[in-house]
Amino acid sequence: MSAGHAHPLHLPRDSVVHRLPPQVKIVAAFLGVVCVVATPREAFAVFAGFAVLLVAVWVAARIPVVWILRRSVIELPFVVLAVLLPFTGPDPRIDLLGLSLSEPGLLGAWNILVKGTLGVLISLTLAATTPMRDLLVGLQRLHAPALVTTIATLMLRYLDVIAGEARRMHLARVSRGHDPRFLWQAGATARGVGALFLRSYERGERVHLAMLSRGWTGAMPVLVEDRTTRADWARGLAPVGVAAALAVTGWVIL
Amino acid sequence: MVSAMHMSDGLVNAPTSLLFGAIAIVGMALCLWRARTDLDDRTAPMAGLVTAFVFAVQMINFPILPGASGHLLGGALVAILVGPYVGAVCIGIVLLVQALLFADGGLTALGMNVTNMALIGTFVGYGVAVLLRGLARRGRGGLLVVAFTAAFANTVVASLGFVLEYAIGGAGGASLGTVFTLMVGLHALIGIGEGVITAATVGAVAAVRPDLVHLLRGTGPTLVRKEATA
Repeated sequence: MSAGHAHPLHLPRDSVVHRLPPQVKIVAAFLGVVCVVATPREAFAVFAGFAVLLVAVWVAARIPVVWILRRSVIELPFVVLAVLLPFTGPDPRIDLLGLSLSEPGLLGAWNILVKGTLGVLISLTLAATTPMRDLLVGLQRLHAPALVTTIATLMLRYLDVIAGEARRMHLARVSRGHDPRFLWQAGATARGVGALFLRSYERGERVHLAMLSRGWTGAMPVLVEDRTTRADWARGLAPVGVAAALAVTGWVIL
Repeated sequence: MVSAMHMSDGLVNAPTSLLFGAIAIVGMALCLWRARTDLDDRTAPMAGLVTAFVFAVQMINFPILPGASGHLLGGALVAILVGPYVGAVCIGIVLLVQALLFADGGLTALGMNVTNMALIGTFVGYGVAVLLRGLARRGRGGLLVVAFTAAFANTVVASLGFVLEYAIGGAGGASLGTVFTLMVGLHALIGIGEGVITAATVGAVAAVRPDLVHLLRGTGPTLVRKEATA
């Protein structure tokens, strides 16, 4: 079963960034987003600096810029609020292209848009350079509770199985003429979801028995024992250092 | 249901993100501890499979109107089916994996997303369901009404969490009234869809394996041991 080893946002490559230990990348991504969020919104040049820094990381990771930008449309649903802000924000108002827009609203929209976009791009960079399994190993090494990583591991291992079942149910419904167009016609789909729950739950019971018969004691055995060196941390945190310097610059120049 | 509830980075300021990150960690730790007493050594496989179920369900699209579809969020659904603690753990892990692997919801907003959807949403949904448990035990119709109400409350109250966080540390220029009207209005509509699907799903599970519905636990006819008579 190859489930749990690849995901749609992963881009297998051999690069400095891909080879970094996963926990270093998780910490670096998190701190990077913190730097972006902590930057004052009026420091426009600093945000351009963050963008340049990200492009540099993509070059080092051998990720095509177009590849990652195309995947950043994930963000679209989140920016609904941002679009409304310039119209509903408080006075003073300015006229732009014949529209009367609120100045604080515009600034607020810019703030959400730029920080949200940079945040998504940083998350995408992490996802593109780290396979699923490594991310969980990384969480484990960062001392996330063992129960959380074990549940997440099992969940990712069986996700393809459950999703495949859902797909087959959908196919079965469609081939029998099911074509709901309104919410109140979705009864058959909902019954399918109910059946999917039963199958998942009962599969969980079988998986538990199978694990017990293989000597499950309540903790996953550690299989990979890679040493993380100081050099790894230094390499991974170097871009974060630049980002922190940028954020500080933002506060200084205002 | 298409939702604006996954918060992105930069929607609120850094201190608020940290505050809700701490709340989320404490809440999830509590839920993990209680989930373990609910499931003992079965916790990992059972919660793992239920989490995979939640993830798969979020991939299934439901029609709302011709041309528009949405998906189930599933907070109230898992709370009714497996209880609030295991349910909150499952939703929390879904959110964690979505943030790390699918860039869905900001990394610094993870604390707020977990607080809103895994903690507030699941527990409000379950609380409503427990309050109405008498109705749910009366029969299939009652159970459906309870599931609908719980899912509706889950969706709307979770969006109130969003409004609360925006009120504390909102980084935008919108007035609180606008955000409140927008979020609560939108999620009241989403909540109706979530409620209909949740009710139909709970009804389908209860029809086949009522013993698996956490909310109805201990309500079935109890087995009575009798001595054999000659």
